[in-house]
Amino acid sequence: MQFLFLLEQVVNGLVLGGYYLLIALGLSLIFSVGGVVNLAHGAFYAFGAYVSLEIAKHTGFGPSIVLSPVAVGLLGVLFERFLLRRFYTADPILSLLVTFGLAMVAEQLIRMIWGAAPLSASMPPGFKGQLMFGDFMFSRYRLLLLAVVAGVLAAIWLLLHKTAFGRVVRAGIQRPDMVAALGIRLQPYMTAIVVLGVGMAALGGALFAPITVVHPAMGAEIITVAFVVVVIGGLGSFWGVVLAALLVGVVRGITIHFAPAAGEASMYVLMFLVLMFRPRGLLGERIEKFE
Amino acid sequence: MNGDKKKGNVSRRTALKAGAAGALALGFPAIVRAQSDKIKIGHLTPLTGFLGALGEYAVLGMRMAQEEINKSGGVMGRQIEVMSEDSVNPATAATKAQRMLERDGATLLFGEINSASAKTIMQVAARNKRLFMSVGARSDVLRGKDCNRYTFHVDIPVTVMVNAVGQALMRDGLVKGKKFFSLTSDYLFGHDLAKAAKSFFAANGGSLIGDELVATDVTDFSPYLLKIRQAKPDVVSTNLGGNQVTNFVKQYAEFGLPYPVVGFNLNTADAWAAGDGNLGGIWPTVWHHDLDVPGSKAFVAAFMKKYGKRPENHAWIEYVSLKILAQAMNATKSTDTEKLIAYFESQAEFDLLKARKGYFRSWDHQLMQEAYPFTVKPKGQAKGKQDFLAFGAAVPAANQPLELLAPAKEQNACVF
Repeated sequence: MQFLFLLEQVVNGLVLGGYYLLIALGLSLIFSVGGVVNLAHGAFYAFGAYVSLEIAKHTGFGPSIVLSPVAVGLLGVLFERFLLRRFYTADPILSLLVTFGLAMVAEQLIRMIWGAAPLSASMPPGFKGQLMFGDFMFSRYRLLLLAVVAGVLAAIWLLLHKTAFGRVVRAGIQRPDMVAALGIRLQPYMTAIVVLGVGMAALGGALFAPITVVHPAMGAEIITVAFVVVVIGGLGSFWGVVLAALLVGVVRGITIHFAPAAGEASMYVLMFLVLMFRPRGLLGERIEKFE
Repeated sequence: MNGDKKKGNVSRRTALKAGAAGALALGFPAIVRAQSDKIKIGHLTPLTGFLGALGEYAVLGMRMAQEEINKSGGVMGRQIEVMSEDSVNPATAATKAQRMLERDGATLLFGEINSASAKTIMQVAARNKRLFMSVGARSDVLRGKDCNRYTFHVDIPVTVMVNAVGQALMRDGLVKGKKFFSLTSDYLFGHDLAKAAKSFFAANGGSLIGDELVATDVTDFSPYLLKIRQAKPDVVSTNLGGNQVTNFVKQYAEFGLPYPVVGFNLNTADAWAAGDGNLGGIWPTVWHHDLDVPGSKAFVAAFMKKYGKRPENHAWIEYVSLKILAQAMNATKSTDTEKLIAYFESQAEFDLLKARKGYFRSWDHQLMQEAYPFTVKPKGQAKGKQDFLAFGAAVPAANQPLELLAPAKEQNACVF
C-alpha cells in the first residue's frame, strides 16, 4: 500500500513537472539563443494570468487560454525590439540588471492596474473534480493541462528539429558567427524565440490561474523554480529541460510524501547535487560562446 | 563615461541639498520645533509576500483613520503623522522599527500582521521602552511566553479563532470521535494555531491522524492532497495563513475530495480570491463587512466611498486601532509610554464598531472583543462576487463574558 501511495506521488509529480516545463523551456530558449538571462520571465507568466482573467470576462474560459498568450506574445515583441535586443552582445550582468528591474516594474504595474489583493479566478465547473485510474487519483483539470503541455512540447520540438526555422535557431545557438557569415540575420529569429518563450510563460499563467492565487508577486514565485529547472537540465538542451522539469516535480512529490516540511527545499538540494557532479547540467551541451 | 559624469553631478547636488537642509535646521530652530509638533507613529506591515494583500488593506484602513483624526483637529490639537513601510520579514521589520524610533522620531510603533515579525518588533519596543500596538498578529505566544509590557494586542489570538470555530463544530457534531487531518503553515503563527487546535481536539474527543507542515511559499498543494486522501480522515482542518489558504481551497475543490474542511484562519481577502464555488466549511473572523451595527455600517459605507471597494478585516482593525490610540492619547493628554500603558491597563473601554465595546485585559494586554464564525452561503444565494460568506452570530454571546473564549492565565501565562 505504502508503495502504491509513493507511486501516486511520482505520477502526480510528473504532471506538476509538465507545468514547470512550460515556464522553463522559454527561459532556456531565450538564454540559449540570445545569451540573456531573462529575470522578467516570471512577469510574463503573471501577465498571462491577469490578461486571461480580463479576456475571460468577455469571452469565457476557453478563448481566454488562447488569446492571453497571443496578447502577451505581442508584448514580447516590444520587449525584444526595444529592450532585450540591446543586450545580446553586452556584458551579461547588464541584461541581468535590466530584466531584474523590469520584473519589479511589471509587478508594481500589476499592483497599480489590478490592485494588490489577489483576484478570484475559476474554471468551468465541468473541469472540476477527480478521475480515478485504478487506485490513482488525478485532478481532471490537471490532466487537461498535461495534454496541452504535451501538445505545446511536440509543436516546439517539431519546430526546432524539423523546420528550416529550427535549423537556423539551433545553428545560432552554437555558432552565431557562422550563421552570420552565411548571410542570415539572426535578429528576426530571436524576436520569434522571445515571442514563443514569453507566450509559453503566459500560457502557463493562464492555465494555472484557476488553481492558484492570482496576485502581483506570482511571477516571482515561479521564476525561481524555472531557473532551478533550467540549471538542472542544462543549457541548450531541449530534452534536458524536459527531464529536469519532470525530475523536480517528482522529487518534490516524494519528499513531501516522507518529509513534508522539506518539500520546497528538495529541488535546491537536487540542483546542488547535479551541479556537483555535472556542472553543465544533466544534458547540457558545450556552447562555445558561453564557455 | 557620460553616465559617470552624470552620477557625479547628481550626488554632488544631493550633498548640496542635504547641506542646505542642515543649515536651515541650524538657522531656524523654530521650524524644526514646529515639525516635531506632529505626533509621529511608525507603521510597519507586510506589503509584499504571502501576506501582502492583507497589508494593502491594513494601510488603507489606517490612512482613513488618520485622515479622520487629523480632520477633526488631531490629537491634543496636534496632527498625527503615520510613517508606513513594508515590514518585509522579521529581521527587516526589527531594523526598520529601531530606525523609526531612533532616527525618524516615531513616538511609538504600530501595525503588523505577520506574527514572526510582530515578535521581533515587540523586542525592539521593549528595548527602547516604547509602546507597540500590535494590530494584526494572532499568535498566542506573543501574548503568552513572549509577551512584554510595552506591547498591546488588538487582533484575536489563535485560541479564540480555534474556539470560535470549535463551538460551531461541536454544535454540528463534527468533533467527538472524528479523525482530523491537518495542514499547518510552517512559521510561528501556524505552529501556534496547530497547538491550539490540538488541545481543542484533545479536550473534546477528536483525534488527529495527520499533521503536515507546509512552507509559506508553497503554491502547489497536490502532494498534500494525495496524502489527505491516503489517510482518509473524517474532517480536514487547516492552520494555514495568507495566500496558502486560497491556494489550498482552490486546489481542494479542483481535486474534489469528499471530506469536509474546517479552517482556523481565513481573512476575507483570501476568501474573496478563492473564486466561485470553491470555498466551503466553517471559518472564524474578527470582523466582517456584513456586521449589523450602525458604526460598522457607517465605516463600510465611508470606506467604499473613499476607495471604491469593500473593506477587509485588516482594514477595519487598523482603523479602530488608530482610533483606540487617539482616544488613549486624548484621555491621558500625553504620548508618554508609561501613561499610555497605565491607561490601557485600567481596562478603559473602546468602541470597536461592534455590538459590545472592548477593553485590554491588564495581565496580557490582549483586547477582549467579540469574534464570529462564518460559513458559505448555499449556491444561488450570493449577491455578487464578494457576498458568498454567511456571517454567524457573535461569540461569546451577549450574555456571556467577553473573556470566555480567550486563553486563560494558566493556559498562556504572561509575566511582564
